[in-house]
Parts: sequence; C-alpha cells; structure tokens
Amino acid sequence: MSSLLQLSGVSVTFDGFRAINNLSFQIGEPELRAVIGPNGAGKTTFMDIVTGKTRPDEGTVIWGERSVSLLKMSEAQIARAGIGRKFQRPTVFEDQTVAENLMVALKKDRGPFSVLFWRAEPADQTRIEELASEISLVDHLNTQAGILSHGQKQWLEIGMLLAQEPRLLLVDEPAAGMSGAERDHTTELLKEAAKTRAVVVVEHDMDFVRKLDCKVTVLHEGSVLAEGSLDHVTANQEVIDVYLGR
Amino acid sequence: MERSFFARNPSVMIFIGMLGLFTLAITVMSEAYGTSAISTSLVKTLGMTLCLCLIALAMDLVWGYCGILSLGHFAFFGLGGYMIGMWIMYARTEAVIVTSLANAPLPPTPTELNDAIAVQIFGVVGGDSFPWMWAFSHSLTLQLMLVVLVPGLLALVFGWLAFRSRVTGVYLSILTQAMTLALSLYLFQNDTGLRGNNGLSGLQNIPGAEDIPQAVTSIWLLWASALALGLGYIAAAWIMSGKFGNVIRGIRDDEPRVRFLGYSVEGYKLFVFTVSAVIAGLAGALYYPQAGIINPDEIAPIASIYLAVWVAIGGRGRLYGAVIGAATVSLLSTWFTGGRAPDVNLGFYNIQWVDWWTVLLGLGFVLVTLFAPKGLGGLIDFVIRKDRA
Ligand SMILES: Nc1ncnc2c1ncn2[C@@H]1O[C@H](COP(=O)(O)OP(=O)(O)OP(=O)(O)O)[C@@H](O)[C@H]1O
Ligand SMILES: [Mg+2]
Repeated sequence: MSSLLQLSGVSVTFDGFRAINNLSFQIGEPELRAVIGPNGAGKTTFMDIVTGKTRPDEGTVIWGERSVSLLKMSEAQIARAGIGRKFQRPTVFEDQTVAENLMVALKKDRGPFSVLFWRAEPADQTRIEELASEISLVDHLNTQAGILSHGQKQWLEIGMLLAQEPRLLLVDEPAAGMSGAERDHTTELLKEAAKTRAVVVVEHDMDFVRKLDCKVTVLHEGSVLAEGSLDHVTANQEVIDVYLGR
Repeated sequence: MERSFFARNPSVMIFIGMLGLFTLAITVMSEAYGTSAISTSLVKTLGMTLCLCLIALAMDLVWGYCGILSLGHFAFFGLGGYMIGMWIMYARTEAVIVTSLANAPLPPTPTELNDAIAVQIFGVVGGDSFPWMWAFSHSLTLQLMLVVLVPGLLALVFGWLAFRSRVTGVYLSILTQAMTLALSLYLFQNDTGLRGNNGLSGLQNIPGAEDIPQAVTSIWLLWASALALGLGYIAAAWIMSGKFGNVIRGIRDDEPRVRFLGYSVEGYKLFVFTVSAVIAGLAGALYYPQAGIINPDEIAPIASIYLAVWVAIGGRGRLYGAVIGAATVSLLSTWFTGGRAPDVNLGFYNIQWVDWWTVLLGLGFVLVTLFAPKGLGGLIDFVIRKDRA
C-alpha cells in the first residue's frame, strides 16, 4: 500500500496560536481512517490545509504517485486532483434541487465553456438516480435541498462527494445531528466508499468510530497523540487524560 | 427529459410574446406607421426604456444570479454609447461638410476634408485634429465592434484583477463605483478626446437617414431595442437554464463550496461579469441614438446605484423581475421628474415631485426590501400559486 497523501512537519499559526504543530500524517489507498480528538485539536484545520483553504507556515503536503505538492495548488485544482470534502456544517446548495446538487458535483469537465454547453445525457441521469438511492434521497430528487432535514443534508453532501469520484474523501463530523438508524446508514456509506478509495472521517462519537472499525488517529493540540486500532488508542493513558477522561 | 429549451422555460415565451405585442401596439399607435395616438417623443422614451430593461437584465445576471453587486454597470453602458456616438458624429459631420463644399471651385483633398471635420467636431473643446481614439470612427463596422470590445475588455481586465485577489462583497461594490467615477472624471476633461462635458450630441440624426423623419427612425430604433432585449432575454435564460446556471447560483449562495467541488470560481465570475458588461454596452449603443446626446454625467456613480435599485425593486434572481423593475421605476421617474406629475398641496407645504421623487423612490426601495424581498416579480409567484390552488 503506497501512500496517497503525506503530510510532514506541518505547522499553522493563527495570530500567534499554534493550531497545527509539527503534524505528520499519512494515508494510503484504499483505506478508512478515523480522526478523533478534543474540541480545538485541529481536526478541521487539518482538512483546511489538505484542501488548500489554509496555507501552512511550514511543512510539506505531498499527493499521489507523482508526489506533487498540494501547497502550490488552488482549492479548485486540489479538488480536481481528486480530493473531496464534506464540511462540519452541512453545506449543500439550498436553493437548488437534490438532483441539481448532484449534477453539479458529477465528475465532468469543470471549465466554464464546457459547462455552458453541457446537457445531461441519459447515462448522467441514471448515475444521479443511483447516487440518490444510495443516500436514500431518490424520492426527493426534485426537492429543494433547503427543506431537507439536517441528516438528509448530510447525506446529500456525502452523495455530492461520491459524485465527484474523488480518490480521497475528507469527511468532517458526518453523523452530527443524526438518529441511530441514520448513523448506521452513514457508516455503511463510508465503509463502502472506503473499499475503493481513501476516506478520512472526523468524528466525536465513539460508538460511531467503533462501528467504522478502522485505524484511528488521535489529534491533540495540533499534533498526533496516538495512532492505531481503537482499542489500542483508548488504552493509551495520554489519550484518556486529554480526551476520553473529560 | 428531452424537452426543448422553450418548453422547459415557459416564462421566456410569455416574455417574448408580451414584448412583441407591446412593440406592435406602439407601432400601430405611432405617428410614422399608425394612428398618431402617441407622440414621437414618447416612442423614444419607450425605446430607451427597453434599453434600460436590457441593462437591468445584464445587472441581474451578475448580481441576482452570481451575487456580484456591481455598482459600475453604467460605465459599460456609457462606453457602448460613446463608441456608436463617435461614428454617428463623424459620419454626420462628414456629410454636412461634403455638402457645404460641393460648390467650392476645387474639390477638397482628403486631408482638408478630414481637418474640416475635426475642427467642426472638436472646435468646442479647442481642438482641430482627431485624437487617436477616433481612428476607426469613419467605419460603422469597426465602431460596432468597439461597442462590444471596449466594455468587454474593461470588464475583463477589471474583473480579472478584482476576482483574482478575491475581492468580494461591499469592497467589490466600492471598487466598481470607483471604476465608473474614474471613467466619468476622465471623460469630463476636455483633452481626453471625447469632447469633455459637451459629450457627443446630435446622435438622433442617424447618418444615411437624413431625409427620413424622426417619427420613422424612432420606430426603427424601438424595433431594434425590442429585438435586442428579446435576444438578450433568450440568451440570459439559456445561459442560466443549464448546469452553468446551477454553478453560478452556487457561487452566489456558497462560494467556497463551489470551489471545493473543483470549479474555478474566478473564471466563472469573470465570464458572467464580461458577458454582462457586453450586454450593457450594447444596450447603451441603442439607447443614446434615441436620447440624442451622451456626456460623462451619464456614467456618474449614482446612475449605477439606481440600476441596482431598479433590479432590487423588480426582484433579482429572475430575469423578468429585472425587466419589470427597470421599466416601472424608470418610467415613473421620467413622469415624476418631467414636471408633469401634479403637485400635492398640503396647505402648509406644497409637494413638488421633481424634488420629492427621490424620497419616494428611496421609500419604495425600503418598503420592497422589508416587505417583498423578492420584489415586484415575486408578486407573479403569488398569482401563479393562487391559480394552481
Ligand atoms: N481561521 C482561524 N483563525 C483563528 N483561529 C482559528 C482559525 N481556524 C481555527 N482556529 C483555531 O484553531 C484551533 C483548531 O480548530 P479546529 O477547528 O481545527 O478544531 P477541531 O479539532 O475541528 O474542533 P471541533 O471538534 O470543535 O470541530 C481552534 O482553537 C480554533 O479556534
Ligand atoms: Mg472541527
């Protein structure tokens, strides 16, 4: 398993506050990885760095077989290179229908001119319906995304990620605000996605993490505190002190 | 699924139908082709209103759909007007001078003729030769190309600089105001080549149509304006009806999300901004031959702010809303400020609409913003929903 994404010695400072401190992280393809850690540990900031939203002060972020640096690429270029992201707060286009949200996300040429002349072919239509049924929204294809429930918006955003067909998925707190059954379905979606690609899931809910049944990275104060199986890291005294024992 | 564009967008057909009926009605009531029920000056006002509707449409594309509150669109409108005005002034003056020299013992050399035209045009600002920017003014074709190219290039350069540096929101609005202010101040100077505050005048006299009465040319220009508005409407509706429209509305509602989907937001904004500027330029090129005169005052920052008010009152984010807003507010404005609206005598105070119209407009703007955020166009939703119920 070769490495798909590799961060080494990454640090970020916000107004003198070190949100990420000499962080190193690596993930291969395919792999499912959970990232846990207390509030303010830097989990979201880590995703911001990988997706180009935040530029680190030092360190390297290397991507893919050809080992390109992500630091010189724009957010859109990084996304086109194959990194998809789900935000902590669900962000879908509320003014547009479920089908339109998925259509915009479908992996197609992103240039303005080809988008201008693009029209959905039957195959695209089928793909949109497939995705919608995966995320249990097939009955809502023509519903405005704004009136979906919180959990449905989370799914729609996951569906948009899948539509992008990324090689790496970064998923920030996907189960927040979901009922038990919805959580289980989300677990299935993520596990299924991780069969063919790399998936990083940030989550606070330990039950959810346990069900993901994967390697866990614990972040604390901007660096990795422990890494390994869930049982391994939860047995770690430091982890208990800063996170579990709260 | 495979329904045609017009079937999927019934409002386009309705709009085109209404525009056609309106144009036909004006034509049969005109002095030139009909019953003379309406005056030529009213025909011109209505033709100009159609051009204002077209720039409102352009404004709606950038603001209503893409979320870029441009407060400088009249710069593009004015530039379109100047570009066509240069040809009209040149060709008209040339015709006049050729006629006046017809009886001279020796025919004038091309240089003499050129100098005579230049003196005629630029005498008012103390000039006697053509500035460089008039290089193409002898050619209608070239000036028509400039109508598209000059506003388009200005928008492209301005937009590239602004969007690339991720200037958004109120800062971008202020920059666009600065752009139009700078352009208007530049044009106010006598030595910049466009006759300073005199502007370009006599534009109602279309070269080659000297013998045709204004009553007739005004109807022709009305037709041209209606055609431009109709085509502009179809083009705008088509652009926004596909995935491109979804991306653009996505940028308006959640710019970072669009970026993380892999779309280069800057490129899309630049595209919409430039297309919108070109439409504005075309609208201006049709407007000023009906207005008869263009001067730098037309590009003053306040004009572009009014444009935003029209679109807000009409309802942004829907094309007919922009058209309704521009037509309603600009016609009301003409009526109130034209001195024909009766004064209201309150006994202790006499309300003169010429002064109080702006207050009324401001009040209307506030009321619409508070109570009908979707604008006048939103009322149409209301009617449609009632019909269905
Ligand atoms: N743009 C910013 N400017 C200043 N401080 C920031 C910024 N972004 C994040 N921070 C700070 O960096 C720290 C890490 O934040 P981050 O959002 O990455 O935490 P997190 O692990 O995702 O927490 P949570 O579990 O609450 O989502 C926090 O203390 C936060 O306040
Ligand atoms: Mg977070």
